[in-house]
Amino acid sequence: MAVRGLVCRECGQRFPAEAIFVCESCFGPLEVEYDLDGVRGEALRERIAGGPGSIWRYQDLLPVPRVPEWDLSPGFTPLVRAHRLGDALGLPNLYLKNDTRNPTWSFKDRVVAVALAAGKRFGFTVFSCASTGNLANAVAAHAAKAGLRAVVFIPKGLERAKVITTAVYRPTVVEVEGTYDDVNRLCLEIADEHRWAIANVNLRPYYSEGAKTLAFEVAEQLGWRAPDRVVVPVGSGNMFVKIHKGFEEFERLGVIPRQTVRMTAAQAEGCGPIATAYKAKTDKVLPVRPNTIAKSLAIGAPADGAYVLDLARSTGGAVESVTDGEVVDAVRLLAQTEGLFTEPAGGVTIGVLRKLAASGAIGPDEVTVAYITGIGLKALEAVEEVVEPSVTIKPTLASFEERVLALAGG
Amino acid sequence: MAVTVRIPTPLRRITNGERVVTVSGRDLAQALIDLDRRFPGIRAKILDDRGEVLQFVNIFVNEQDVRFLAGLQTPLEDGAEVSIVPAMAGGAQA
Repeated sequence: MAVRGLVCRECGQRFPAEAIFVCESCFGPLEVEYDLDGVRGEALRERIAGGPGSIWRYQDLLPVPRVPEWDLSPGFTPLVRAHRLGDALGLPNLYLKNDTRNPTWSFKDRVVAVALAAGKRFGFTVFSCASTGNLANAVAAHAAKAGLRAVVFIPKGLERAKVITTAVYRPTVVEVEGTYDDVNRLCLEIADEHRWAIANVNLRPYYSEGAKTLAFEVAEQLGWRAPDRVVVPVGSGNMFVKIHKGFEEFERLGVIPRQTVRMTAAQAEGCGPIATAYKAKTDKVLPVRPNTIAKSLAIGAPADGAYVLDLARSTGGAVESVTDGEVVDAVRLLAQTEGLFTEPAGGVTIGVLRKLAASGAIGPDEVTVAYITGIGLKALEAVEEVVEPSVTIKPTLASFEERVLALAGG
Repeated sequence: MAVTVRIPTPLRRITNGERVVTVSGRDLAQALIDLDRRFPGIRAKILDDRGEVLQFVNIFVNEQDVRFLAGLQTPLEDGAEVSIVPAMAGGAQA
């Protein structure tokens, strides 16, 4: 938490820790730089283990302190050993990071909690974001808890539940006639002209640090070690990059032993610009117009695309994509084997996991963690046409015996 | 063709704080040359040595990402709006 300032990832130029997000010299992304001199792994492990059951147990490696009266206590979600899904896929060492168990049921609560605490430091009063849905949920809820105005921007045509579960916190919900990429550009222009805290724009260096906790928790929950492989759903690529950074920081500080985590990115085929570049063996991620049911990943111009490619290649991971049909199958497979109902983004993760396990790209002995980052309830549309219909009976034993008993295998 | 160019904050130092600049050009490449004539050095912040748009810069013409149009050869109608926007990556290893 001892922050030195911001540093450009591309050219290394340093800036004070303010609400800025791009380098003035080269437009490169700015990152938080910490003063970690003298931090020892063992002492840090003890401080973490004694901390709160939320992302704030990792406060030493976050850019801002917890604001107690604003805290919705995100994070520290279960890491579940996936026996039945592992059996189905031939992966006996499979784990699921169930990040649907957050205050607004997605991993976005992690990044928003950090962004909001940073926004407080900078004195912002309006809190905003460009969102595919989950981020808007998290911003609206956190702003409500903090008593701040929220104005959230989403593309028109999102899942109904994502809009309602945002609107209930009483932000101003702005539906933009366009794609997420249009919303994103608009928010960049707004941030240039108005003094608003836009979580994933001008607070981005702080916001994105919150995603490191997805790695910290997994390492702690595995008994202070990194997994052999992670499979991560990728829209902008920010979470993917920050999960890697989280493991790397823990290793550098001696919190966990050094180990290469094979960084594996999962995209939807209807919006898979990074997977396309990976398969074409190029470094250039060309933007696409998204067309997928995995709306939380429908980002056609992924900001961190080049970094995702680089990490997947340098760690021996992969970038793979699956069709919408495979996504729906995977959502159902996860529900039926593990009792976990994810939104389509989680179906992308499990679909890619399944594909890579079937092809042998993931070895059976690998300790693999698949990140399930959003809940299915917000995207019922994805499965409502394919789930088995209910059986209707009269309230009599005869009707039960006639219509139900055989179905239950009794 | 007179077109307007929206200047993002990191480049406003070069434009003396101007947020929107009117330039002329039949296509995007020409408009950027004219912009650089008025504010020397700005083009080098947008394009690399080979004349390609830098990795962390996105350019839009009338709200359309020029990578979906004709890139720097995208023709500009009179009154077109050009927006230069940071690509906004979220960073990686420290």
